[in-house]
Amino acid sequence: MTVAVEPAIESSQGSQRARAESSTFAVALDQVVRHYGERVALRQVTLRLEQGRTLAVFGPNGAGKTTLLRMLATLLLPHEGELRVLGHVLPREAHRVRPHVGLLAHEPLLYRDLSGRENLRFYARLYDIEAPEVRIAHLLESTAMTTRSDEPVRNLSRGMAQRIGICRAVLHRPELLLLDEPRAHLDPEAAAMAEPLIGARTGVTRVLVTHEIEHGLAEADHVLGLREGSVLIDAPAAQLDPRDVRALYGAGA
Amino acid sequence: MRAVVAIARKDLLVELRTKESVPAMALFAVTTFVIFHFGLDRDRLEGELAAGVLWVTLLFAAILGINRLFVAEREQGGFDGILMAPIERTSLLIAKSGALIVYLVALELIALPVFALFFIDEGFWEAVPRLAVVMLLADVGLAVVGAMLASIAIHTRARDLLLPILLLPLTVPVVIAAAAATKPLLSIPLDTSGVGKWLAVLALYDLVFGLLAYAVFDFLMED
Amino acid sequence: MVLITTALALVFFYAPNDADQGFVQKIFYVHVPLAIVALIGFIVAGVLGAMHLRTRDDTWDARSYVAIHMSVIFGVGVLATGAIWARASWGKWWVWDEPTLVSFLIVFLLYATYYPLRYSIDDPQRRARYASVFAITAGAFVPINFIAVRLAESLVHPRVLNQTAGDMPGEMRLTFLVALAGMALLYVTLVKLELTSKNARRQLRRLRKLLEEERSGGAAPPPIATVPAKPH
Repeated sequence: MTVAVEPAIESSQGSQRARAESSTFAVALDQVVRHYGERVALRQVTLRLEQGRTLAVFGPNGAGKTTLLRMLATLLLPHEGELRVLGHVLPREAHRVRPHVGLLAHEPLLYRDLSGRENLRFYARLYDIEAPEVRIAHLLESTAMTTRSDEPVRNLSRGMAQRIGICRAVLHRPELLLLDEPRAHLDPEAAAMAEPLIGARTGVTRVLVTHEIEHGLAEADHVLGLREGSVLIDAPAAQLDPRDVRALYGAGA
Repeated sequence: MRAVVAIARKDLLVELRTKESVPAMALFAVTTFVIFHFGLDRDRLEGELAAGVLWVTLLFAAILGINRLFVAEREQGGFDGILMAPIERTSLLIAKSGALIVYLVALELIALPVFALFFIDEGFWEAVPRLAVVMLLADVGLAVVGAMLASIAIHTRARDLLLPILLLPLTVPVVIAAAAATKPLLSIPLDTSGVGKWLAVLALYDLVFGLLAYAVFDFLMED
Repeated sequence: MVLITTALALVFFYAPNDADQGFVQKIFYVHVPLAIVALIGFIVAGVLGAMHLRTRDDTWDARSYVAIHMSVIFGVGVLATGAIWARASWGKWWVWDEPTLVSFLIVFLLYATYYPLRYSIDDPQRRARYASVFAITAGAFVPINFIAVRLAESLVHPRVLNQTAGDMPGEMRLTFLVALAGMALLYVTLVKLELTSKNARRQLRRLRKLLEEERSGGAAPPPIATVPAKPH
């Protein structure tokens, strides 16, 4: 079932209203463009995500999913357009956004020569967390990594390092979670453990990049489909079925 | 400030554990002294020759350490972690420069006595306090410029090759000033005249490039 | 162009032959202006780089790049004419006595790394940004390096250049100034030329790309399911 396309025509009044409304959203993009040299990585992306909702982002490789995620993480700057995260304008107010955003990426972002615990202590200092030892202990407990938390990360398997990565991502209790294929390197047991930390039940706003179409649709409140930098799907998850998303990955335009 | 301490502490902890940079730098320096012995066919050195051998060796040893400075961040994704944190990005520059100064001082603590052992007959201990001042000022300059260039080179394709050719011309004033300041200190008899002028040059270099690196670092980190 | 020809003319016919060095002394009128213009060019390139960082406008990066490029070429001229002069005056192709020449060599070696630096960064935005940082750093380096080298050499050797420049009789001074002005104009003209040609090439590429996109059926793929987001 495909929903009829409604051309997004906005009068200047409409865009003013939209801008006023965007401050109540957790994430608001307006005509965001990002170049890579002469190639366009993100093309006029407009998006709204309410607080507490989950957005699933689908798209083939090179579609711009990671670019979008990194932009929300304040790691990339938009070249054109407006970008607001948690009510703050990026990049100008990036320093206000950073304490509240957590990123879980392909790499666990850990220093391999330090132990899991030492890594978490380092990040706890960077984020100026209160009662860090208690928080760290609690997270390690939740991911069943307490016993191996004093070994260098180098000695841990990918899955275990990723578990510590999850601890790192939620260490500072972010209001916005950015998840780049979070289940890719976790065994089912670890994925279950991670649920209360990064899952829908946490109630935080989440942006989830995934290739698992069924799972993504089940988790999501809203869906964004990207292809070659353009938004091809921007609809509530309830209105879509897997076929629509699969069309995103089809050959040819 | 908290961030600077946290990052520097992390770096020093990693170095202490892996012992990656400092031992290699020290070994390189000692071996280079040996090579100079054979290359120059000299049993002892003094004055400008001593100063030259010492500073050239220290500079090249420093390059080894500078090359490794951001490798952990680059390869283990640490850049993202640090850039996303609610800290001033220049904290990274200050922390890395600070860590580099520690490595250089550690290097000098090993290389200098060995140098004296190999090449200096007399008057070394009298020279040490002033020598220490020269070294400290030179270290600051090398550390700041080294950290800045390392953060540039780490984002390029041929980073190990690019760093030395970028660094060497930029550090020529440091070598000129440091060697010129060291020359009278290693002369027989010990001579302390003229050192002040060169310390001023080093201080000027440190100030200019310190401020410059601080000013541009945010631009280097952004994407 | 007119100034260059006038300068050349003056050099050959007007300025008196230096008693010591004869005809070859005339190289001085090429060597020194080349050096001055090149060094100023490097410093200006640093300023242009700073403008790029401030405005994030790529045209400043292009200007910085061309300025450095031209100064490097002039720099080759400086070193070549310096070598010829050294040979003629002192019988050797290179001398360490001339602090200006030596500090110029160091500066040249530094700016020679500009090309591998640019070449080894793939991301175009990052490349321009890093090039600008380099331009600023290297620009700040030029005066400091000059001071350091001059201090080093003055200990041992007399400064030939300053002596020559210091007591220049009227005709020599005029010729020198004209040569300097001519060289500066040459520099600016060449920079403008290269900038225009670069710009033209960029426009051409852009047009070609637009044409390609048109031909392949539009820039963006058609949407599948979009509902303009409404607050609920």
